[in-house]
Amino acid sequence: MKIVVCVKQVPDTETRIRIADGKVVESDVNWIVSPYDEFALEEALKIKEKKGGEVVLLSLGPERVVSALRSGLAMGADSAVHLKDPKFDAADTLGIAHALAAAVKTLSPDLVLAGQQGVGGDNSQIPGMLAEILDWPQVTVAVKVEVEDGKAVVEREIEGAHETWETTLPAVVSAQKGLNEPRYASLKGIMAAKKKMIETKDAAALALPAEALSPKTRIVAMEQPAARGAVKMIEGDPETQSRELLRLLHEEAKVI
Amino acid sequence: MPGIVTFAEHRDGKLRRPSLEAVSEARRLSASLEGPVTAVLVGPGVEGLAAELASYGADKVHVFDDPALGAYATEPYARALAQVVAEAKPKAVLVPYTAMGKDLAPRAAARLGAGLVSDCVSFAVKDGRLEARRPMYAGKAYATVRWEGDPQMATLRPNVFPLEKADASRKAEVTKGQVDTSARAKVTAVHAAAAGKVELSEAQIIVSGGRGLKGPENFHLIQGLADALGAAVGASRAVVDAGWVDHQLQVGQTGKTVSPTLYVACGISGAIQHLAGMSTSKVIVAINKDPDAPIFKVASYGLVGDVFEILPKLTEAAKAYFAAKH
Repeated sequence: MKIVVCVKQVPDTETRIRIADGKVVESDVNWIVSPYDEFALEEALKIKEKKGGEVVLLSLGPERVVSALRSGLAMGADSAVHLKDPKFDAADTLGIAHALAAAVKTLSPDLVLAGQQGVGGDNSQIPGMLAEILDWPQVTVAVKVEVEDGKAVVEREIEGAHETWETTLPAVVSAQKGLNEPRYASLKGIMAAKKKMIETKDAAALALPAEALSPKTRIVAMEQPAARGAVKMIEGDPETQSRELLRLLHEEAKVI
Repeated sequence: MPGIVTFAEHRDGKLRRPSLEAVSEARRLSASLEGPVTAVLVGPGVEGLAAELASYGADKVHVFDDPALGAYATEPYARALAQVVAEAKPKAVLVPYTAMGKDLAPRAAARLGAGLVSDCVSFAVKDGRLEARRPMYAGKAYATVRWEGDPQMATLRPNVFPLEKADASRKAEVTKGQVDTSARAKVTAVHAAAAGKVELSEAQIIVSGGRGLKGPENFHLIQGLADALGAAVGASRAVVDAGWVDHQLQVGQTGKTVSPTLYVACGISGAIQHLAGMSTSKVIVAINKDPDAPIFKVASYGLVGDVFEILPKLTEAAKAYFAAKH
């Protein structure tokens, strides 16, 4: 069983986001592997432990992405592919999905696992786009994955319910919180990761036409959220506070 | 006649509210984008829902009525939406950012080679082009996004876009389509949550609990207030990670993003990753014993005090309030 895990390097969820000239100031940012991608990687490692095979990490981004790949290799992935090219800089989700799809084709895995969204961009688009470009089935927001001969049984979350899906392989499955508890890299794993291979590929190596990378969407401005109005503090004993709150919610805010 | 295409989601024979929000927004945008609003409706025996879509602003409803489309499956549903878009060549495609929309829209966008902007909270039309505003970094930043070329495809955050006033005299032209219904990934079973439970991402009122509750045995205080208010129950990451409640209840950056009209945060300090998931709520009430807790910075109303004293009183007062109202 060969599994490709898509990994995105993202700002730490606790990072303060500072914006200058309509862009996030990267020098302020502490970079981590997107938490949902860690669930995807953990699941891939569990499947490999059960079924045998190989786990390959795939990430697109500048030089800094290597540290995300090293941490994934330290968790137990076997090798990594780093898609790096200044031509990727302006690509939007669809362009990135095209680049990832081209790399997946050369790896021809049985399964692609990815986080259900990359924290930060919060687009939740790559898994579905990747599946369509590959012409593979997809199951997104997985909270349980069982792989059997030639198929996967996946539980996914929807509003107020869980669904069980069955899909043929190869397929793209995206991971949701609750799927598993990602392991910590051991010291031995961290040492071993230093020797594992990270293959770097550019747009030419992927034979990507310029059209595939031309962005269909463009961020034209970025700003901090507007501050909310000042808080109105409600004083008094708990009973007075409670009555006053309900009165304000009804008469002033008009939400009950 | 380019216009706007929207995807209409339904469950248990009823249109889901985010679909009506999408049609309503399409109606408003059609004033400047021009052309008709076309809703896509997929599933067996759903033609009857066309009238309701019309009442909120659909000029046309394109129905894919096939017994093989009874359960949602990504591939045929994406094919159906893409087919209508390829034929109608609309300026914009609006899909609700629900579990289904989130699964469907990227696949349909890739099929169409269209740009997709997720989780939009507002739109503007400038020089005949759509401009979307969306939170990024879980609400720590807002991006303004534009598209190159058509269709301009977007998913809409539920509970943010207001409904148009339904007008039953409005009628839509209903057309029928057919699509290849084959799917390699299929639903084999659905396990619904307990009946009557309010779903977090759709709730108008949410009562959330955090570490201030001190232990899972006290979470019934949150449930009690939620019941009195007819609200859904949420939780902070701290209490989910501690195993007090299921992760499905988590509000925040690695949990659900919610936008209710009223959000009541009880014993939640307001870590940045929690604020990320609820800061677009219309009214926020914070109850916390620490007057310096960051949650008060985003709150509309603040109550400093002990949740163990306030919650029972507030629950009692809420019950009395609703009893008097009805």
